Amino acid sequence: MTTIEGVVGKTGDATQMTYREAIREAIREAMRRDDRVFLMGEDVGRYGGCYAVSMGLLEEFGPDRIRDTPLSESGFVGAGIGAALGGMRPIVEIMTVNFSLLALDQIMNNAATLLHMSGGQLAVPIVIRMTTGAGRQLAAQHSHSLEGWYAHIPGLKILAPATIDDARGMLWPALADPDPVLIFENGSLYTVEGPAPDPTATGDISHAAIRRPGRDLTIVTYGGTLSKALAAAEDLATHGVDAEVIDLRVLRPLDDATMVASVARTHRAVIVDEGWRSGSLAAEISARLVEQAFYDLDAPIERVCSAEVPIPYARHMEEAALPQVAGIVAASLRTVGTHA
Amino acid sequence: MHAPPTEPRAVDTRDVDPRSTDPRVEDLRQMLRIRRFEERCVELYSSSKIRGFMHLCIGEEAVSVGVLGQLGPADAVVSTYREHGHALARGLSMTAILAEMFGRQTGVSRGRGGSMHLFDAARRFYGGNAIVGGGLPLAVGLALAEKMRCTGRIVACLFGDGAMAEGEFHESANLAALWRLPVVFFCENNGYAMGTALAGEHAQTDLALRAASYGMVSWSADGMDVLAVSDAARRAVEFVRDSGEPCFVELHTYRFRAHSMYDPDRYRDKAEIASWRERDPITALSAALQGDETLSQHDLDRIEAGIIAEIDQAVAEADAAPEESVDDLTLFVHSEAHRDHH
Ligand SMILES: Cc1ncc(C[n+]2csc(CCOP(=O)(O)OP(=O)(O)O)c2C)c(N)n1
Ligand SMILES: [Mg+2]
Repeated sequence: MTTIEGVVGKTGDATQMTYREAIREAIREAMRRDDRVFLMGEDVGRYGGCYAVSMGLLEEFGPDRIRDTPLSESGFVGAGIGAALGGMRPIVEIMTVNFSLLALDQIMNNAATLLHMSGGQLAVPIVIRMTTGAGRQLAAQHSHSLEGWYAHIPGLKILAPATIDDARGMLWPALADPDPVLIFENGSLYTVEGPAPDPTATGDISHAAIRRPGRDLTIVTYGGTLSKALAAAEDLATHGVDAEVIDLRVLRPLDDATMVASVARTHRAVIVDEGWRSGSLAAEISARLVEQAFYDLDAPIERVCSAEVPIPYARHMEEAALPQVAGIVAASLRTVGTHA
Repeated sequence: MHAPPTEPRAVDTRDVDPRSTDPRVEDLRQMLRIRRFEERCVELYSSSKIRGFMHLCIGEEAVSVGVLGQLGPADAVVSTYREHGHALARGLSMTAILAEMFGRQTGVSRGRGGSMHLFDAARRFYGGNAIVGGGLPLAVGLALAEKMRCTGRIVACLFGDGAMAEGEFHESANLAALWRLPVVFFCENNGYAMGTALAGEHAQTDLALRAASYGMVSWSADGMDVLAVSDAARRAVEFVRDSGEPCFVELHTYRFRAHSMYDPDRYRDKAEIASWRERDPITALSAALQGDETLSQHDLDRIEAGIIAEIDQAVAEADAAPEESVDDLTLFVHSEAHRDHH
């Protein structure tokens, strides 16, 4: 990876903050609050993080706690698990979800299983952060959305902060969780800017959030596609359709109650997921809605997912491969039986 | 020459002749205890009391006793699926180990691990890892935690020759040496990874040389001689404790039995097995102790009898232990306090 996306989001305005800065502030605060917390990963120190998240932290905390690792995903993720067993609270950064596949053994076979396999003796309080998602023309080895795979694994908690508040607020409770937590940061979000979060707000890592209330249908999404779902909802409003938008926030365990209650009100559901459709998180959500809200549904569930291709480089091809606002609007209109 | 037994030693020596204060007697007793235990495991496997994959260390007992005997109770141990000997030498209860293999609630892992996944947090025994090489990064991380917390404790990581072909060995050795972490890598080189002989797995079969290329102090020792193992392990442990840096010890050993209970052992020459059996670490030490009259046949019989009695009792207790209720099937997927959310 050679791209740093943009520069450190310095706005000069203390009331504003980027998603990237929000994560940085969360890391900074956690490291100040608890000396067991440390950050490690490839180029998190002198380079400042491949997406510039940890820029400046080395200067404040030094190389022991902002620890540059060699290119050894399995080695340093496993070392993070070992350090967690040894009483530390590591935050391990993996550059991109595609690279996390080199650490899959450690995540699946150790982090997710040790507590159970040891009969409850060995909890693994590790936080693993990584970038996910497409939209930056990085092609087929840097653009995938594999969080749904991780959400398949019992023993892991999977978070997908889609807002600046969540980027700021989810890290501390994730570190406080005694079990492994994976945080997926959609790469398109780092430069998003908004009002600076309240640093004293306690983050929630258990529930989905209704980002836009609505009466006519429920759009369920998370991460990088939240903004597209919200834009689609605005567009739908011009068609006289009032969409509710749910941000899952937590991909495992799924907050069934929030989704089911919403569908019980709206009777229609569209699921927007940047992952591929087959065997996906969108498939799981769809199955749960059918299981738990079948008699509330007035229309077939729609899914808007990435096309089943490795993500291509060319801009127009990449755009065509990803869920877009127009596709979400079209799917939504189908569920309400209207044609644009 | 030989260090006195250090904690944790599994069973006290009260049933050994009190005249005998030679620490080699305790080494012999520990090795015999592991041998007899595993021989009983074979019977229990044949009668279907034990199931799943089971890997025996018969022939390799000198490594378990020699290595584990050099660690302090606060040091951490990371092991593999061939860990009965390591676990017993570390002081895990024989009854609880057997109960685990019987799949009982009182097993060391409450019946969720079996033979390959023995754990004991109180004794800092971190398993029981059945992914070849999978424990190595954990050992590095445990050592990183000791270093960051300035505890002065060290980590012992045991693994086989086969694991050294895994990328996780390379990544772990590099990390440990790069970050100067207090970990000893103990490679139990028994010459085979399942059915593949050393020369079929490694371009460079001098494993200590390979380890040295990471900038780690490395050496080899005779893994069939418990005194040589103890000596090598003590030097390694002292080195790591004093310097805070990692080191690597290769122990040349041999498994007398097949890789696992499923293995028909077709790939080894009978003569090769026989020649290694001549170097049986238990027979050799026993002969030496009787030769210099440290131990009489009577003493040896008493040691044997004590071990058999312990095993009989452990089998009986494990067999009487309750099964875990299936109502608790989903226990320990998440920590208790957080279970309700899942
Ligand atoms: C990653 C992985 N690959 C393959 C296996 C299957 N397997 C189990 S033990 C073993 C041989 C390992 O040999 P070695 O490391 O020398 O240990 P030994 O069994 O000789 O003690 C293999 C191939 C496994 N458990 N894990
Ligand atoms: Mg081997």
